[in-house]
Amino acid sequence: MSLVDDSTAANRAALVSQAGPQDFIALLKPRVMSLVVFTALTGLVIAPGGLHPVLAAVSLLCIAVGAGASGALNMWYDADVDALMSRTATRPIPSGRVAPAEALGFGLVLSVLSVLMLGLAANWLAAFLLGFTIFFYAVVYTMWLKRWTPQNIVIGGAAGAFPPMIGWAAVTGSVSLESIILFLIIFIWTPPHFWALALLKSEDYARAGIPMMPVAYGEAETRKQILLYSIVLAPVGVAPSLLGFAGLTYGLVAAAGGLGMIWCAIGIMRHREGGAARKASGRMFGFSILYLFGLFAVLLVEHLVLARFW
Amino acid sequence: MSEPSTTQPTSAPGIILTPEEKRRQRQRNIAIAFGLGALCVLFWVVTLVKGSAILQRPM
Repeated sequence: MSLVDDSTAANRAALVSQAGPQDFIALLKPRVMSLVVFTALTGLVIAPGGLHPVLAAVSLLCIAVGAGASGALNMWYDADVDALMSRTATRPIPSGRVAPAEALGFGLVLSVLSVLMLGLAANWLAAFLLGFTIFFYAVVYTMWLKRWTPQNIVIGGAAGAFPPMIGWAAVTGSVSLESIILFLIIFIWTPPHFWALALLKSEDYARAGIPMMPVAYGEAETRKQILLYSIVLAPVGVAPSLLGFAGLTYGLVAAAGGLGMIWCAIGIMRHREGGAARKASGRMFGFSILYLFGLFAVLLVEHLVLARFW
Repeated sequence: MSEPSTTQPTSAPGIILTPEEKRRQRQRNIAIAFGLGALCVLFWVVTLVKGSAILQRPM
């Protein structure tokens, strides 16, 4: 009898869900989702042509839910390594609040629903791009690249770069140079952004066996790569202005922001030890978020103001 | 030969949820209901906005 009781007690966590709704919201990675929504909204707004406001809102919701679903699938697959890292140990699955199967089912259902809904509300090209983004993040990045190569976030960064392209496609039904430029800005921005974080959390990644750049090639190489990517990012960030789909204000903000990224990267190169090095990495990480947010915010406001007054 | 037992077989005890587990189960159920309701509203609104265009899809 006691054996049965012990067995029941041992399996209780597996049989009885401890999750509340907030745990399922956490599976969607709300902070990542907010950036996805913002960049997708920019793609929607600056795209030529029009989409009914309700359909635009539904499209945006679908992109957000699709991004969240890929986050849930990522957490399902990465639960073992998440448990080993201080930054991720309290996530719903490693902390035992959500069972892996629950997260998998949740992610798959939301993936299918978001893609189908976007196809019905906007068009099937946008739906295909959303489906491909989910596949790229959950399978190509999470299951393949992340544990295999230090270039994981370089290639995997494409998943985070697709949302403005999806927003653009939802309106126009096409992929154009403008949306590819928006894609490139986020794609090239991702490595210096994540490597700055990886410099701060390299021990975590080493413990989990994730071959992030600082773990695989060392911090010196990572600092050099951050600077190189920042130098490439600065002119790409200005490209929307040079190509004529953003105004002078955007061009000035992008140029100043690009110089700021390079300045932060130089700071990372100069400060290699102790608290100053950590501070420089933290500054780079924080500024990179501000940079991307600023670029897309100015792009968005410029188009809204132009549409209102011209 | 012994007499057959007259006691009824007891049902399996199963797992009895604690009040906290019941509370979370109820919250999950409400969240699922809201989610399904929102999905129905979304389909309804999209159908209204698109009108007959929702049936016209070039292959």
